[in-house]
Amino acid sequence: MRERPGDNKMKKIYIQEEYCIGCRLCEIYCQVKHSKSKKIIKAFREEKHDILSRVLVEEIGYNSFAIQCRHCEDAPCVDACISGAMQKNKNTGVVICDGDKCVGCWSCIMVCPYGVIRRDVSSRKVASKCDLCVDEDIPECVKNCPNEALKFVEKDKNKEIQVKTKDGSQKLH
Amino acid sequence: MALKLNQPEFEIERDTDKCISCQVCVRQCSNDVHEYDSEQDVIYSDSIKCVGCHRCESLCPAGALKIKEVKSQFRTNYNWTAEHLRNIYKQADSGGVILTGMGCDKPYAVYWDRILFNASQVTNPPIDPLREPMEIKTFIGRKPDNPVFEITGDPCARGVKLKTELYPQLELSTPIMFSAMSYGSISLNACKSLAAAASEFGTYYNTGEGGLHKDLYKYSMNTIVQVASGRFGVDVDYLEKGSAVEIKIGQGAKPGIGGHLPGEKVTGDISDTRMIPEGTDAISPAPHHDIYSIEDLAQLIYALKEATDWSKPVGVKVSAVHNIAPIASGIVRAGADFVSIDGLRGGTGAAPQVIRDNVGIPIELAIASVDDRLREEGIRHRASIIAAGSIRSSADIVKAIALGADAVYIGTAALVAMGCHLCQKCYTGKCNWGIATQDPYLTRRLNPEIGTRRLLNLLKGWSLEIKEMLGGVGINAIESLKGNREHLRGVGLSEKELAILGIKHAGEAW
Repeated sequence: MRERPGDNKMKKIYIQEEYCIGCRLCEIYCQVKHSKSKKIIKAFREEKHDILSRVLVEEIGYNSFAIQCRHCEDAPCVDACISGAMQKNKNTGVVICDGDKCVGCWSCIMVCPYGVIRRDVSSRKVASKCDLCVDEDIPECVKNCPNEALKFVEKDKNKEIQVKTKDGSQKLH
Repeated sequence: MALKLNQPEFEIERDTDKCISCQVCVRQCSNDVHEYDSEQDVIYSDSIKCVGCHRCESLCPAGALKIKEVKSQFRTNYNWTAEHLRNIYKQADSGGVILTGMGCDKPYAVYWDRILFNASQVTNPPIDPLREPMEIKTFIGRKPDNPVFEITGDPCARGVKLKTELYPQLELSTPIMFSAMSYGSISLNACKSLAAAASEFGTYYNTGEGGLHKDLYKYSMNTIVQVASGRFGVDVDYLEKGSAVEIKIGQGAKPGIGGHLPGEKVTGDISDTRMIPEGTDAISPAPHHDIYSIEDLAQLIYALKEATDWSKPVGVKVSAVHNIAPIASGIVRAGADFVSIDGLRGGTGAAPQVIRDNVGIPIELAIASVDDRLREEGIRHRASIIAAGSIRSSADIVKAIALGADAVYIGTAALVAMGCHLCQKCYTGKCNWGIATQDPYLTRRLNPEIGTRRLLNLLKGWSLEIKEMLGGVGINAIESLKGNREHLRGVGLSEKELAILGIKHAGEAW
């Protein structure tokens, strides 16, 4: 497991939407990662309807981007959680939902400003969200993006990360 | 039901045991080959639409797809091949010209594959490029007729000064440049990748005839700007943004043929870059209407030199045709500082197939005959020769230079490095790899960061291989290889072919 030096310097997933090609391979590999078998064909054969992707590709026309939990510094979902299931790890900065504690009130879903928490109704009534693949060096969605539209980098607070776009430069989201 | 005589060229094999119906193939195919049936949760594929670009196969996460070329759907006939039949069916349907992209794919002799390179044994030592200095830097431009030196001190301790003023030169860190590919024929992301890679490696890319997009201005130190018959995007700023100017007379894939970018493709950015109104056809005439002779060409060369303050080399690009040697001689006498020669197998974004596959001569023979002719006439130093038209590997480069070229242009190889699978459908504008297209759905598929990285890797790998091959024959500078045909031997070539190439047959020694 990689070192997590706390929230201020944590590595997060950033999107370069001008290079998202809408293939949805990020979603597929996210599903595989969170399956029981971790094997792509087996996972889709046996658990296709039970595993939700924690990254979602949004599309309008040719514009698309993949979005997953932003692991907000001041996470509204943590505040909204009535059972204490949604917690932000103080050391790693990762916001994780504890399935055993979650009662399925879905308050987190209502307050999430990015709409990246989903209802997992297949097994238990729990909220499903990105866990930043804490046991991997690089999250699966980033690792498997064929066009490197997702970046897993540390954001320097004093220096906005700039990406080049057609009309000059633009901040990473 | 309409009469359909054509059959699929490719067969899509979907392993249903592996397919997870994730629909990546459906989303990636711009030809709508794959279709998802949500009721049955299966994907159906229509082979007849498949162009064989292998995009779906490459991105399939389950390895469930195989695209196979269909070999034997017509009765075997060595005279009436499947291609002839298909083309006749198409033309009987449409009454049009058969268009295609990329370079000639017919089995004419590839002389690179019949030439072998030498190595040192016993009588002279090979050099290890990893341990000893090896120079592959090269210069493009006119060299002085009689260089005059001044001895200012001990000649062994840098006591020699060159008195002659040198002509403007392009300095290449490796004898490889990127061929002319216009913004329009390829996407802006592809142009950016080429420009950034050339800039980082210390070589040059060529704008092609489509003008220069403002995003590429920052690479002007590594840009060769082209002036073609349509004169698109040419003004004094454009000329100043280039490190060299190239007048395009012809292109290997379509000698004697102009170009036609349909009005639908001349959208905002392209119309700005080409400096023509939006929606108008961009027609490059077959001839330059101000060049009907070598004297006319000389006028344009000197006009361009004058316009750029005599500060940069001005060259001429021609396709390799039957009388290439006297043509090149005329071009050099007209004042060109370099001659780019594009052989039979050079690529294109769109050309009539009959032209691409039947017009011109292979680049290997053209380099040898041009180098010979310029030497005979004592004007070889007045221009550099750049060879183009299917340079597939570092070995081809070494052979081209030994035959007499100063450097090479790579076009197809560069596109392949960025993902091109040579499906030859560039002219449709539906390139699934985001290269030969302007469709915003598709152009985003080429991330210039990745493109640049892959091109740099190719240049790096080939440069290392060139050094290894040079070291093997005991040469430590690429300049010593130029025109050094003693290091080449032919295999299975006729007397005539050997004579034109100016090389001995394998087995012949001094």
